[in-house]
Amino acid sequence: MIPAAFAYRRAESVAEAIELLAEYGDEAKLLAGGHSLLPIMKFRLAAPSVVIDLGGVGGLDYIRADGDEIAIGALTRHVDLETSAELGAAVPLLRHAASVVGDCQIRHRGTIGGSVAHGDPAADLPSALMALRGTVVVEGPSGRREIPIDDFYLGFLETALGPDEVLVEVRVPRRGDRPWGFQKFRRRSIDWAIVGVAYQSEDGGGGIGLVNMGPTTLRAATAEAALRGAAAPDDVAQLADADADPIGDASATPEYRRHLARVLLARALAGGAST
Amino acid sequence: MTDVLAGHTVTVSLTVNGTAHEVEIEPRELLVTVLRERLRLTGTNIGCETTSCGACTVLLDGRSVKSCTVLAVQVHGRDITTIEGLAGPDGLHPVQEAFRRCHGLQCGFCTPGMVMAAVSLIDEGRATDEKSVRLALKGNLCRCTGYHNIVQSVLSAAEVMKEADA
Ligand SMILES: Cc1cc2nc3c(=O)[nH]c(=O)nc-3n(C[C@H](O)[C@H](O)[C@H](O)COP(=O)(O)OP(=O)(O)OC[C@H]3O[C@@H](n4cnc5c(N)ncnc54)[C@H](O)[C@@H]3O)c2cc1C
Ligand code: FES
Ligand code: FES
Repeated sequence: MIPAAFAYRRAESVAEAIELLAEYGDEAKLLAGGHSLLPIMKFRLAAPSVVIDLGGVGGLDYIRADGDEIAIGALTRHVDLETSAELGAAVPLLRHAASVVGDCQIRHRGTIGGSVAHGDPAADLPSALMALRGTVVVEGPSGRREIPIDDFYLGFLETALGPDEVLVEVRVPRRGDRPWGFQKFRRRSIDWAIVGVAYQSEDGGGGIGLVNMGPTTLRAATAEAALRGAAAPDDVAQLADADADPIGDASATPEYRRHLARVLLARALAGGAST
Repeated sequence: MTDVLAGHTVTVSLTVNGTAHEVEIEPRELLVTVLRERLRLTGTNIGCETTSCGACTVLLDGRSVKSCTVLAVQVHGRDITTIEGLAGPDGLHPVQEAFRRCHGLQCGFCTPGMVMAAVSLIDEGRATDEKSVRLALKGNLCRCTGYHNIVQSVLSAAEVMKEADA
């Protein structure tokens, strides 16, 4: 099982990747860790004529403090998030979310930029960014722009990234030792989440991100409003699915997903971190 | 777009088990097929081809990856270790030795991938206890052993390697 034929271009810098995107347009796909793109290319669900490899782009692999925020380079791999003591101290929710992605081999390859740019509602890291109210930094021919995570996901596998833009950085606020929770529910430990919930406490309330509860990563806005209104955790949890529109599939009916979201939010609010 | 595709091959240099190779390949060729079919290193198995079973696990710069989900062009200039490269002049690698000692295999199909994954996880310091080893090996499936002896093999190898380091 191999992908359809494509032409291969290796970008040495972000500027070169942007030029190549401009040159090949819709025919081209960026390649980071390849752990979302290559599987769909092998199934021929995607068949780009040109693949632009970001693997040789230096300087996009970092986790650094920047004022009140932590800035993470797009090519930082899941394993580097998972094992970063600095991230663990400043944003433990994101460190934990990275540790439950796939398996060790997948985490050695997959990048935060690829995970965020792919736009799969079943992905774990975007839900943490939602709970943390993170920002996505992209670069294109007309320069750099910052997109709040709430404006980034437009539809299933559809994001605000322009066709000639490269995701270069993800930014999240430091949350230090404030309470957080992350719950990923699946039947087998290697599976994607059937439903997941990320929770991060903040001044006067908290952020809540939902995995696989609709066509995109979602914010549980109604539950967040109840948190700000100081509702009891169990009452907040009952609102977990108020803004959601889950699908039914072989793993779960929409009703079961709604039930899971409520149960998992209750656990996340209590500070639970599932492995 | 056919013009960019016509006769499009690339030259990839990679070091496999300490030997430098140069291969002229199509960009779409997977690392596992280049290892097996071009370099004739058939110790690395293909189970699922969908990143699920771990049979194709090799080390890329010392870390475990599933070679069915890596393009050979992506590892240009990098260092690959396969099961063929583990044993040294003095005999088997301590992880291979432990799989033999603890009966960590039956049919052996999963074993090359299991051993490579184990070498990486021990090196990363993940082999601290049974639970950690089970979690760290979740991407490697075995249809024979029921995993018990595999986990014992990895813990035993980790112990031996720690003593050798001390
Ligand atoms: C078997 C398996 C199980 C998995 N399980 C999970 C799981 O449980 N949870 C989870 O969250 N993920 C899971 N993943 C996905 C994994 O986390 C991927 O690594 C990740 O989603 C994509 O990152 P990547 O670097 O591999 O991206 P790639 O596959 O290289 O790219 C993905 C997409 O993003 C685009 N892209 C990549 N980088 C950039 C960039 N810098 N700028 C703009 N666009 C870019 C590409 O063009 C492509 O469209 C799993 C994958 C596999 C194969
Ligand atoms: S063959 Fe690569 S994971 Fe199964
Ligand atoms: S020993 Fe047969 S599959 Fe593991």
